[in-house]
Amino acid sequence: MRFMLIVKATTDSEAGVKPSQELIDAMQKYNEELVKAGVLLAADGLMPSSGGIRISYPEPGGKPKVTDGPFAEAKEMIAGFTLIDVKSREEAIQWAMRMPDPHGFGQGEIELRQIYEVEDLMNTPESLEKEAALRKQVEEQKQA
Amino acid sequence: MTSSTTQRTVDAIWRMESAKLIAGVTRMVRDVGLAEDLAQDALVIALERWPETGIPDNPGAWLMTTAKRRAIDLMRRSKVRDQKYVEVARNQELYTEDDIDAVLDGEIGDDLLRLIFMTCHPVLSQEARVALTLRLLCGLTTDEIARSFLVAESTIAQRIVRAKKTLSAEKVPFEVPAGAELQDRLTAVLEVIYLMFNEGYSATSGDQWFRPLLCQEALRLGRVLAEISPQEPEVHGLVALMEIQSSRFQARVNAKGEPVLLLDQNRARWDQLLIRRGLAALERSRKLGRPLGAYSLQAAISACHAQAPTAAETNWIKIAALYEALSRVTPSPIVELNKAVAISMAFGPAFGLQIVDELNAEPSLKGYHLLPSVRGDLLVKLGRYEEARIEFERAASMTRNEQERILLLKRASECASERSN
Repeated sequence: MRFMLIVKATTDSEAGVKPSQELIDAMQKYNEELVKAGVLLAADGLMPSSGGIRISYPEPGGKPKVTDGPFAEAKEMIAGFTLIDVKSREEAIQWAMRMPDPHGFGQGEIELRQIYEVEDLMNTPESLEKEAALRKQVEEQKQA
Repeated sequence: MTSSTTQRTVDAIWRMESAKLIAGVTRMVRDVGLAEDLAQDALVIALERWPETGIPDNPGAWLMTTAKRRAIDLMRRSKVRDQKYVEVARNQELYTEDDIDAVLDGEIGDDLLRLIFMTCHPVLSQEARVALTLRLLCGLTTDEIARSFLVAESTIAQRIVRAKKTLSAEKVPFEVPAGAELQDRLTAVLEVIYLMFNEGYSATSGDQWFRPLLCQEALRLGRVLAEISPQEPEVHGLVALMEIQSSRFQARVNAKGEPVLLLDQNRARWDQLLIRRGLAALERSRKLGRPLGAYSLQAAISACHAQAPTAAETNWIKIAALYEALSRVTPSPIVELNKAVAISMAFGPAFGLQIVDELNAEPSLKGYHLLPSVRGDLLVKLGRYEEARIEFERAASMTRNEQERILLLKRASECASERSN
């Protein structure tokens, strides 16, 4: 299953303050660890929202409203993401716990969100029935 | 923290750390079976302590230290029996949580590599290699392995026990083979990984959860291997092939669970992230500057499809050339058959048919349903419907896959009506 580790924006990241060399090194080391474990799919940092654009649909069926950044409330925004492929929710949490504090001055926050998979969308009655039949077959083999 | 969440967390940590743990302990005790037991002991101790103490900051190092202490205890106790163990114990430094980081990079990668060469050793049968690798390198339980292969758990358990005994009895060394042996042994390792992947990928039926698990494990192991063995082009080739094939996971089956042929797949459903990763892995293979091996060539063929915006825009000339190269690296009638398909797409069905007709005499393809199926397809394109119908019916009588049989009979009856028109 895939998880996105979302690094929340901070006042520093929004101000375009570059992270310390120490943090950059720690992040790099962490990413290497993810790569070596074969779980890293992608990781990127985002530029501050001052260069961002928001497209909203305030009226249902109406035209989109385009707003240029910056946007208020740093905590509601994201500064980067890391996409990992893991076997369980707990494994995702363990990996996220190993990520260095992305801020270091009290505003660091990482949010984990699971990504929809084929299986989530493929649990049709037919496929579930097929699976049940296979399970039965395995049970019978076990008894044999 | 409740005990059940601790249990799940410990399971996750086990999955993340077990291979490194077993590899590190194997280097000490030189016996994978014993190493796995010691690693499991460390896990049991963790399960007892962690609910009270909380999970340590570096659980991997904690487990490693604990397992190694157990190993040293065991060696000291068996002092009388085996003087050699004492020597090992004396020279063994214990990892502390502080210096584990330094060790993580070089040594543990080497140990993992040694372990995978051990579990994929040719002294074991192919299925034993797969089971043992899933168990020791991927940290799967015997139950998970059994479900993946649709066999009884006891069968897998026995297979693993026997494999460990064989490795011990045959005194298989814990080392990365050197010199000329390396390539052969590496081929064996890649075979195991690809077999694992195919087992999960090719079956369209099967447990909804455990089949994909095999693909994911194979892919993950391939990615790990690419990091610890970066100088081997075929490792990257295999990773590229698996990444690109995985990108089609969603598109290769329709809503009814029936397989969808590559050229009929909805390309919008291909996973672009995995395609990009696959192309990058293929690039790593190419950059090493050696002639492309069988996996890299297959990945390159797969990449041609992945890069074509529509089926009609497929670069068949390039694919035909890659199959030609592949048939030189690994000559096989099945590669020839694929080449025939590519050539017919690139230069017209008559050229493809010529190759297929030559293959008709090939004894190893007797009973292989894709031969008449491909021949039927080419004959349809040439407007020779009656001959095509016979081929499709022949193919239908050969396949063991029900879905495929229905499809082939449908094509046969289409030929019949085409002819009467």
